[in-house]
Amino acid sequence: MSLTLTHARYQFVETLRIPVAVIATVFFPAASMLFFVVPNAADDPRAATVATASMVVFATMVTCLFQYGSGVAEDRALPWESFVRTLPTGAGPRFAARVLVGTAFVLVAVVPVVLIAVLFTEATLTPARFLAALGGLVVAVVPFTLLGLAIGYSLPAKAATAVATISFLPLAFGGGLMGDPEDLPGFIDTIAPFLPTRGAAELIWAAVSDFTVDPLSMVMLAVWTVAAGGAAVFAYRRDEGRRFS
Amino acid sequence: MTDLIARAVGVSRRYGDVVALDQVDLDIPRGQLVGLLGPNGAGKSTLINLFVGLRRPDDGRVEIRGADPMTPATRRILGVTPQETGLPLSLRVGETANLVSAHFVNPVPPDELFARFGLTGLEGRQCGALSGGQRRRLAVALAFAGRPEIVFLDEPTTGLDVDARHQLWDGIRAFHGEGGTVVLTSHYLEEVEALAERVVVIDHGRVIRDGSTAEIRDVAGMRRVSVAAADLPELPGVVSTDRDDAGRVHLMTTDADQLVRTLVASGVPFRGLEVRSTSLEDAFLALTTDDHRSLA
Repeated sequence: MSLTLTHARYQFVETLRIPVAVIATVFFPAASMLFFVVPNAADDPRAATVATASMVVFATMVTCLFQYGSGVAEDRALPWESFVRTLPTGAGPRFAARVLVGTAFVLVAVVPVVLIAVLFTEATLTPARFLAALGGLVVAVVPFTLLGLAIGYSLPAKAATAVATISFLPLAFGGGLMGDPEDLPGFIDTIAPFLPTRGAAELIWAAVSDFTVDPLSMVMLAVWTVAAGGAAVFAYRRDEGRRFS
Repeated sequence: MTDLIARAVGVSRRYGDVVALDQVDLDIPRGQLVGLLGPNGAGKSTLINLFVGLRRPDDGRVEIRGADPMTPATRRILGVTPQETGLPLSLRVGETANLVSAHFVNPVPPDELFARFGLTGLEGRQCGALSGGQRRRLAVALAFAGRPEIVFLDEPTTGLDVDARHQLWDGIRAFHGEGGTVVLTSHYLEEVEALAERVVVIDHGRVIRDGSTAEIRDVAGMRRVSVAAADLPELPGVVSTDRDDAGRVHLMTTDADQLVRTLVASGVPFRGLEVRSTSLEDAFLALTTDDHRSLA
């Protein structure tokens, strides 16, 4: 356990020393918050709260896709990874640390979003709803973590970054994170329930407002979680087998 | 019964169609300093990767103190410097050493480790800001961080200048002097000659010679006969002839005595006769050259 924390500490430090990674993680969600939510929904408490929840999901997704997708793929290419494998503990602590650090960076990305909501909008939450939202976030982070890991372990670094970059916008807009969840434009209304962003967002919307979740979105979120989990395990094993057997 | 710290038993390893190791047997007694010698692609690195648990043999087995190195606990007594230097580029030197040390029960204090490998003063430097030689020294130092009983050094001094190389040799000798076992591969044959007690020559995935440094040298049985002469007659037992810029002729032969007798008897004028035993490099070339006439 302490070894996992040691790895986590140094991975955290490593990521922080490459500011571009942090800026991307913090900048996209915070900028979306400032340019979409603040001008459009700042004065309406319910709209502001729900939109903030959308941005929290956006921040989670972007962070996971880049932290795990690009991050893992880049690390896999490094000889340092092989060296660490020869240390007397193997791959376990390093993998656990990776998930820990990814989760920490989700928080790093979410905090500015929430701060902007508090400072510049009328968004409000009762403590109970805040806790419920936190619980929703814990569930929502799982499919995106797995999706990121699946990308990171199955693709070379450049391809992984490309896939992460290409997928985050459709997932955000297609999942309805950039609009009013109850009044989605055109075909987005049709496809949204089939994307994991929608299911994840619905959980948090339901936590922060009187929104009721759509069963289809929940089923699809579960399907995405299982599918991404399967893909991640498959890619991890295949990668281990190719490089370390 | 010798105390074996590492052994390979009938080990084979293929990569697709390429046979990297073919039925290799190797016993490494505790405290030995073994040099693995062979051309690129001979299978040296593959053998090391098997010993340190990065790869699994297709056939046969490798053991570290009787246990499977794929099991992490087995690797507690083992230190590694891979052929390719890998360091976390944005971590500082001190942090990197701490991270590695955290995996061991009784690690060498970083200060002591840095002093031993000439890295003192670089603790605060990011690994990415080190020179190639400094990175290599750090990669070697990390192999010793956990007070290993056996270290596997894959071309440890590649890219180092002469001073740094000798400093590193001293570090390796000191470890060996305290009873440590060392398995090293090298492109610098003088390095194996200078350090190793035992040389294992590997080619095409097989162990083709295994003996003391002196034995390996003798196995080729060759001498280098050099003379300054204008023209030489046909001489017996000459494996190769080489004329240098200074006009000296270097003859490689398996029977120097007969060659000198014939040379003298031929009446050809020459001066500065020199007969020397061959370097390990010469022996190595003789052993691994497929079409070598005298040793076939």
